[in-house]
Amino acid sequence: MKKQALLGLNSVIVLACLLGLWQAVVSLNHLPAYILPGPVAVAVALRDRYPSLLNSLWITAEEAGGGLVASVIAGVAAAMVFAQWRWLRQLLYPYTILLQTVPIVAIAPLIINWAGAGIFSVTIVTFIICLAPIIANTTQGLISVDENMVHLFLMYKATPAQVLFKLRLPNALSNLFTGIRISAGISVIGGITGELFAGSTRVGEGGLGYAIIYASNQMETGYLFALVFAATVLGFSFFFIVMFFEWLALHNWHESKRPESVE
Amino acid sequence: MVTTRDGSIPEIFLQGVSKRFRKGTFAVESVSLEVKRGEFVTFLGPSGCGKSTLLKLVAGLIPVSEGVIQVNGMTPENARDLVGFIFQDATLLPWRTVEQNVGLGMELEHAARLARKERVSRMLELVGLAHVATHYPRQLSGGMKMRASIARALVSRPRILLMDEPFAALDEMTRDRLNEELLRLYSEQNWTVLFVTHSVAEAVFLSSRIVILAPHPGRIAHEYAVDLPWPRTAETRESKAFEGQVTQVSRLLRAVAHA
Repeated sequence: MKKQALLGLNSVIVLACLLGLWQAVVSLNHLPAYILPGPVAVAVALRDRYPSLLNSLWITAEEAGGGLVASVIAGVAAAMVFAQWRWLRQLLYPYTILLQTVPIVAIAPLIINWAGAGIFSVTIVTFIICLAPIIANTTQGLISVDENMVHLFLMYKATPAQVLFKLRLPNALSNLFTGIRISAGISVIGGITGELFAGSTRVGEGGLGYAIIYASNQMETGYLFALVFAATVLGFSFFFIVMFFEWLALHNWHESKRPESVE
Repeated sequence: MVTTRDGSIPEIFLQGVSKRFRKGTFAVESVSLEVKRGEFVTFLGPSGCGKSTLLKLVAGLIPVSEGVIQVNGMTPENARDLVGFIFQDATLLPWRTVEQNVGLGMELEHAARLARKERVSRMLELVGLAHVATHYPRQLSGGMKMRASIARALVSRPRILLMDEPFAALDEMTRDRLNEELLRLYSEQNWTVLFVTHSVAEAVFLSSRIVILAPHPGRIAHEYAVDLPWPRTAETRESKAFEGQVTQVSRLLRAVAHA
């Protein structure tokens, strides 16, 4: 416990030093704020503009969260289909790789063309880039079940549904969470990328991506930094929320969550 | 329907059973065997002799290529209600507690919750695991996992036990103790057992009959009737008769492995 507190204190000191160095470089070189604002200027921008920043943050969180949740639902469903019918998997699985390799920047304008500007289009963009890791990881977990366990279920005359829900799905849980963790990180990037194109239906109001473009055009570099900071925090919180659910689902039994020393 | 010379139905019956895998190689070739009710028969042989394959054929987990298998006069698939299969590794589901694992079979058959709970706790009592009923498999030792696996098989009240090298991964002391416990249960429950091992001492200690298999392709080389008094206990292992028969069986096995 004491060790951890000391470690935490050390990181705070390192952070303070970095911020101090940053401010010193800006102040000593008399850099104008539109080139590089110091941490103080960023903090001021954060204080002055926080209602609109929170608004942008909330919009992006909705889009990224919505896309992520939708990708988990669709991805698990697709993986279950792939696990059940091998020929379907061989037929369609290669196309899920397309999802991953398609340059989202290129198709985002297309999606906006079809679905219109605004939150819905951005959610679709997020959904698309989140989908592949979920499908790939979950399918892997569903099909890599110990053959003897399948035999065990056969001995009990288990139905295919029982094998799926009582054996394959629990077996795939940790893989699923690996997928969600990857997707949680890129969901925020997807949301912001989408917003760069889909922007907003109202001038001056939109998610973080929209606000970043806006701040950049207005040379409000301090606010731009604050927005980047907010985007990072958002990505982090998604990641930790997923970690929490993962812990909740696995800590009792999974080998990866074994406490380091027993007793 | 097949009958033995005295007119009864053999518990397990194999005639000319062959199993060919996709590449055309035989895993087992024309194996014929009759096991009477209550016998403890062990398949012993070097690796590649198809011991485990034979067990899976009898359980109906894989189909035969040629020949006939009957279990209590039925096809292996239809006889599954009579059969408990115990795998080499304990194959406990890691996300279920010990009692949830032991109750798996009854749960899959939609047995009433109360009956399930009662029978599960009785079986855990029987194998000495009542105190870890709510533990997860990762918290158990190798021997305890195997006990849980046995309890899981017993819950379905099988008449026939198929055991595929169940104690191979355990240290010798644990293995000896579990062997003794297995025989105690065997004498109480009137089971027919097909047991697979590559340990001569284990085979002699447990079996009423040892079937020695030769490899490539797997086929029966010798049948050896073990002549040791029942009940067998830890002292049995120290007897001259035991040592003598271990030596004889070892000799037969060596001849097969080097042929």
